[in-house]
Amino acid sequence: MNQSILVYRRFRYLKLALLLVLASVILYAFHQPMRVPNGGTWLGYTLGTIGVLLILWLMWFGIRKRRYGGGKVMLEDWLSAHVYLGIALIVVATLHTGFQFGWNVHTLAYALMMIVIASGVFGVYAYIRYPLLMTENRRGTTLDQMLAQMAELDRECRDAAMGLGDEINRYILASSQETRVGGSMWRQLSGRDASCPTHRALAQATGLAAKAQREEAAAMRRVVTVLQRKCDLVTRARRDVQIKAMLDVWLHIHVPLSFALLAALVAHVISVFFYW
Amino acid sequence: MADRYQVAVIGSGPAGASAGARAAELGLKHILLEKADHLSDTIYKYQKGKFVMATPDILPLRSSLIFQAGRREEVLKAWDDGTAKCKTNVRYGAEVKAIKGQRGDFKITLTSGEVIEAETVVLAIGLQGNLRKLTAPGCDKPWIQYQLDDPEEYADETIIVIGGGDAGIENAIALAVQNTVVIVNREAEFARAKQGNLQLITKAIEDGKIECFSSTEVERGEDDALVLRTKDGEARVKCDRVIARLGADPPRSFVEACGVVFPSKDRAALPELSATYESNVPGLYIVGALAGYPLIKQAMNQGYEVIHTIAGKPVPPADEDLLKKKIAKLGDVAVDDVVRTIQENVPILSGLTALQLRELLLEGTVHVPEAGDVIFRRNDYTNTFFVIVEGAVDVQLDPNDPTFACLLGMGQFFGEMGLLSGRRRTATVVASERSILLEIPRRTMIKLVNSVASVKRDLDEAAMARQIQNNFAPNLTPGDLGDTLKAAQIVKFRAGDYLFKEGEKGDSVHLIRTGSVTVSRRIGGRDIVLSYVPAGHYVGEMALMTNAPRSATVRAAVATETIKLEGAAFMALLDRSPDLRQRVEAVLEQRLMSNVRMEGRPDSGNIIQFLIDQGVGEATDVLLIDESLCVRCDNCEKACAETHGGTSRLNREAGPTYASVHVPTSCRHCEHPHCMSDCPADAIHRSPNGEVFIDDKCIGCGNCERNCPYGVIHLAYPAPEKPGLLAWLLWGAGHGPGQDKHNHDHAPDAKKLAVKCDMCKGIEGGPSCVRSCPTGAAIRVKPEEFFALASFKS
Repeated sequence: MNQSILVYRRFRYLKLALLLVLASVILYAFHQPMRVPNGGTWLGYTLGTIGVLLILWLMWFGIRKRRYGGGKVMLEDWLSAHVYLGIALIVVATLHTGFQFGWNVHTLAYALMMIVIASGVFGVYAYIRYPLLMTENRRGTTLDQMLAQMAELDRECRDAAMGLGDEINRYILASSQETRVGGSMWRQLSGRDASCPTHRALAQATGLAAKAQREEAAAMRRVVTVLQRKCDLVTRARRDVQIKAMLDVWLHIHVPLSFALLAALVAHVISVFFYW
Repeated sequence: MADRYQVAVIGSGPAGASAGARAAELGLKHILLEKADHLSDTIYKYQKGKFVMATPDILPLRSSLIFQAGRREEVLKAWDDGTAKCKTNVRYGAEVKAIKGQRGDFKITLTSGEVIEAETVVLAIGLQGNLRKLTAPGCDKPWIQYQLDDPEEYADETIIVIGGGDAGIENAIALAVQNTVVIVNREAEFARAKQGNLQLITKAIEDGKIECFSSTEVERGEDDALVLRTKDGEARVKCDRVIARLGADPPRSFVEACGVVFPSKDRAALPELSATYESNVPGLYIVGALAGYPLIKQAMNQGYEVIHTIAGKPVPPADEDLLKKKIAKLGDVAVDDVVRTIQENVPILSGLTALQLRELLLEGTVHVPEAGDVIFRRNDYTNTFFVIVEGAVDVQLDPNDPTFACLLGMGQFFGEMGLLSGRRRTATVVASERSILLEIPRRTMIKLVNSVASVKRDLDEAAMARQIQNNFAPNLTPGDLGDTLKAAQIVKFRAGDYLFKEGEKGDSVHLIRTGSVTVSRRIGGRDIVLSYVPAGHYVGEMALMTNAPRSATVRAAVATETIKLEGAAFMALLDRSPDLRQRVEAVLEQRLMSNVRMEGRPDSGNIIQFLIDQGVGEATDVLLIDESLCVRCDNCEKACAETHGGTSRLNREAGPTYASVHVPTSCRHCEHPHCMSDCPADAIHRSPNGEVFIDDKCIGCGNCERNCPYGVIHLAYPAPEKPGLLAWLLWGAGHGPGQDKHNHDHAPDAKKLAVKCDMCKGIEGGPSCVRSCPTGAAIRVKPEEFFALASFKS
């Protein structure tokens, strides 16, 4: 069985990244620039060039990922290297700046890069944390199966409530028609719905069941049981959507900002040469 | 006084029509007798639009009629046109009641009472026989019919289909699309039906699409209804139409009445024929399906050849040139001589007729290896069968010691292990001198084993002896094994059956010949699986060696066959060979240790049991997903679709999960692939590396889809080509990379074909699903690796 991308091939790419970081730090420490350390020294240019090449290579991952069946190297190699070398970029690029920051396009490129890396780090966290949670939460069913089970429970609930009062039936109808799983980005990520009609129906039914008379009590108990099961399902389905959203959401920052970074980087490089 | 013909051809199917046409062309005074009012009744009764195959592809057609693979209508039209063009003298509606006499003086009596005289007779009546009809009173209504031409002709009717065989089921299912259908089965179950049809009808009945009366007979017909006698009493079923598919009376009794002798009472027995298709009755020739050649092209060629024989202008058989090419390596020898040599030299094939051997030769390959040439290597995934026509080979049993080999001489065979177990070759075979070998493909060999009893018996006996020898007595000659073999027998187990149970007295060892088993022990009230043992290994030695009751329970994981060897005989073998004892003891020790390890981690056993429950026991290579790593990006499916014509052959999400091991819906490349069992186009094969794949001969019949118990084959349209990356990015042309992994677009004239995983055969780097998994969650596993996997995951 394979291991996660972090320990992949006995940390081969971690070692590579550490080597790069170490080399950069040592060179920086022993470097004696004529003025303050900055991107314009030979070391600055060297680190800058390495940084640009790294960024281009890291972005190439998006294309490599879509080259299905191409190349002998496993995609897992690429991702493992992508993660470690991406993180190493923090050190390489920061040393490249010589800790000179300002309100300009150069710092913009740096800031964008840091956001991209941060989102990527969250991605790694999500990839490590959520897969198993998702499996546990699903308990062997798929989301589609959960939705189908909900529809089945709705039918069962309506049948059970046939002889009961209008009020509870209104709640049950609302539960079957207005319960939402997923929806807006925020809803997906929150994994809950404060005004969930199913939970409201359950609360209502539990209250009514306590007061119910003999004939009604049995039917009410059935309604409560079914609603309880549906609540459980709805919660699990929302959790499933939430986890999937967690696995995906960071990409919505990571990928567009990578392109923004690329644009800022081009501006940065051109302007540097323009003012040379 | 009736006319006397030079030749009377009876039956106008492919063989008869071809014979008639050739007789007309050669100017023989002939007559073609057909009991129906059209040519080729069997094919005429195929369902409308049915695709007719022209196998074997390599065999050339030699006939005055045209034939190529195509729809039923095209095939029949070509024969009608050809028959008219040749001016064949056809007599329709002429059913033959009896044939008397011999060469020069045959008297053919028709059911009309008319007698036709002929010098020779060509019997080409096929195997369809006479259709059985309903005999209950009132069943002579015009709306009771015995065939179904086009199921789409009927709509919104209530139709009773009678018959629980394949024809009845196929008709019922086709009719149920736009009619109310009731199926009447005389038996309690559809026991005679093919597996695929059985699934279809069971599902249709469960879904309420077809109503079924089982254990039911027809009592009588009324004006608009049938009265049925069910097990609960009479039932009157109102209907618009009845389709009765009751099978046919086989023509054998008629053929025997003509004086033709069959070699055995076996239902599948064929009449004995000379190389020119002449039966024991001089002047009476038999061709086509009745002679054992059910393929259309073969039958047409025979019709042509037999007329040439009768006309005194014999031609070599149509396969002569092909066979000459096959044996070209042997130098300038006649085909007949080679066939005779095979028959004389190879005992396992000596029971075959010359015609059968020619067919075998045609489908097989002749090899002439020099001394030292490798025939196949250990761990190759080939499953052909070899016979030694001349020369000898060395079977190298020990991978580390090539000198440790067993010599097989002229007339013996090898390769049966791979054929039987469906697993990799267990030995390397090298020619020890210049030899002549005949390699027979798996499908041909299986057909032969199933149809010729002597071949099956010889094969089983020899294979048993050899497996015992390989495992327990490598130093003994087969001759020394006489007593041991008497104490051995082949035992069959269904999936889940017990080979033996914990606590029983140990009286035998089992050598697993096909299938696989699990070993489990009851610990704390639960069965804990300790190990999984595939074909080619043995179980049960522990109790014998330690002289104690069975220490564990062994169950068949899938349908399994073992060689059961009596304990005394096994111990006698050990006594004769200290080497063997040492090896068996080493295995025993290893097993004891591993059992102790496994008892301490019951979760590993649970994972093995879970995998076995998913049918992975019969797999040779299965895709598993580690859900603790899987980020649900579906890149595996996208990669599959992108590398395989736009349709993904795997469904990641579907399928069960246990302890984060997920078995997605994807091909397991079974040892004995279910999909291969009934492919009319012979389009499914196993490559030397083990992949089971569908080649471009697929006709889209859907048999494999139905036969696969794991739902991993489906029919799909070929996807349109995807646009270039730039065209997609800039102009939004078509689908981009990774999009639309279940292609829905197709060309208007496209045909659905079967698609399945081929493990990215031919793509550098191996399976795309595994290679394109960014987190390493997707892995491919062989059964031998389950154990390691389960230990890792627990």
